[in-house]
Amino acid sequence: MENVYIPFSSRILEIKQHTDIDYTFKMEYRGEVKPGQFFEVSIPKYGEAPISVCEIGDGYVALTIRRVGVVTNEIHNMKVGDRLFMRGPYGNGFDIDIYKGKEIIVAAGGTGLAPVKGIVDYFASHPEEAKSFNVLMGFKSPKDILFRESIENWSKTIQTTLTVDRADEGYTGNTGLITNYVKTVEIENADEAQVIVVGPPIMMKFTVQEFINRGIKEENIWVSYERKMCCGVGKCGHCKIDDTYICLDGPVFNFTQAKHLVD
Amino acid sequence: MGFRMDVERFDELLTELQKNYRIYAPVLLKGKGRYSETDTIRYAEINSIKDVVFDKKSVFSPKEVILPITQTLFYFTEDNVIEPKVDEKNILIFLRSCDIHAVKRLDEIYLRNRFADSYYAALRTKVKFVLMECEKSFENCFCVSMGSNRTDEYDLFVRLEDGKVYVESKNETFDGLFKDEENAEVSPKFVLENETVVKIPENLDQRVFKSKMWDEYDERCIACGRCNFVCGTCACFTMQDIFYKDNPNAGERRRVWASCMVDGFTDMAGGHSFRKKYGERMRFKVMHKVYDFNKRFGYHMCVGCGRCDDICPEYISFANAVNKLNDAMKEVE
Repeated sequence: MENVYIPFSSRILEIKQHTDIDYTFKMEYRGEVKPGQFFEVSIPKYGEAPISVCEIGDGYVALTIRRVGVVTNEIHNMKVGDRLFMRGPYGNGFDIDIYKGKEIIVAAGGTGLAPVKGIVDYFASHPEEAKSFNVLMGFKSPKDILFRESIENWSKTIQTTLTVDRADEGYTGNTGLITNYVKTVEIENADEAQVIVVGPPIMMKFTVQEFINRGIKEENIWVSYERKMCCGVGKCGHCKIDDTYICLDGPVFNFTQAKHLVD
Repeated sequence: MGFRMDVERFDELLTELQKNYRIYAPVLLKGKGRYSETDTIRYAEINSIKDVVFDKKSVFSPKEVILPITQTLFYFTEDNVIEPKVDEKNILIFLRSCDIHAVKRLDEIYLRNRFADSYYAALRTKVKFVLMECEKSFENCFCVSMGSNRTDEYDLFVRLEDGKVYVESKNETFDGLFKDEENAEVSPKFVLENETVVKIPENLDQRVFKSKMWDEYDERCIACGRCNFVCGTCACFTMQDIFYKDNPNAGERRRVWASCMVDGFTDMAGGHSFRKKYGERMRFKVMHKVYDFNKRFGYHMCVGCGRCDDICPEYISFANAVNKLNDAMKEVE
């Protein structure tokens, strides 16, 4: 029987720093993987953490990792050429086919942009495959903005809206909560538009509500959940909500299902 | 096939069995109780049937034999990952009907639920069950309500009565062992009635989350998690990496039992956590045992052994909580 807990070792190909605490690690990886799936990433002695895939490319996956705990602190000390242990990918991920040919709106708060970045990347380079594509991104302050280069590239082919909760001196862009910008998104046919919302729990709650207010159907809203996970394979129990295991049945859920997930 | 023999003869056969089996049963641990000068009953290896405590309920369930409290998943040194060896011997466990039902729940999570767990499987495939009967229902038991009072999923049944051991063998593996023993009619008696009766409301669903019944547990529960640790069906664990003080390059990854009642169960790096109130944790646990496990797997998780009620330092009764769901559903309807 296969031992699902044994990790493989993967070389760090590239490290990109976005902010003081957010780095993206390009990891050597060959195999099937979908946007929205995650890997259990570990360093022996420090432990494991579930990290979602933010970019998929030939021979690599990229993981955006915020320094917030024991494992991620240590990962941030790693250099190009060092090795991390990984197992996965786990979870369902996003099914790109659902969105093709539709009006698509992605709303991402903070690091919530990482799990949906693969979707945005795809449609930014295949804009003809969507009727329209809007990405709304909210960050706490200008210094927290992630993926600046990608955002700039995206804006050439798709609609991008970037906002920060609090501006600082010299910042000239949008300010205010992401929910304010939901109100201004152009929606041609609210019955058909597909919406993806990912971010902190409170942001997801209010942003989804705002889209519902705009007439978006619940069955066309998709969210991705983040919970504590120790195994990724439906055993450890930490991520379970009701009869749903976030690691097995999610982390991506249709809102008609997600609205019944009460911790 | 039934047999009858003296205690001494049975112990000889146990010794014979020990060549291929580790034999676990509930035993009295002197002075190991929760308070000074008190004893406890837990699972340990036995050498004689006289070691087995038949007339009292064990404090811990037998799950610790197949799902150890702490289990090393692998050792690591630099880039090498080495799996620990699995003990060659098979395993015999003396346990009651409810406990056999509880192992089925562990199987559901660890062998099925999409992925199979190789560590659990490695131990589980070695296990054979020795059924112990319950002469009468113990305090707090409600196995009849949960339908776990009867079983035929055992390999051996053993009764110790008036200095004689009665054995029923349902597994031909043991035919040779007992072939020279005196034949006898032996079959287990099962408990048909408990003092504690629970009734799970038929219309139970998530609406009950809104009931005020959970508030009581905010105050009473101290989030110690003992209810989870003694439970035969609680299966959660947390990963833990350790390294050796004398050689930080070497260490191991382990899993340890986790409890949904204890602080930290839902804590994520970065500060988010869920179910901060103890009442919410009680609600999560109760609903898992008598509602959402059933929704996913088609039968209830709780087997009604009552160990959670036996152990709670705050005298919280799980059985009462389940019964309160009936009024709670009326409250929220």
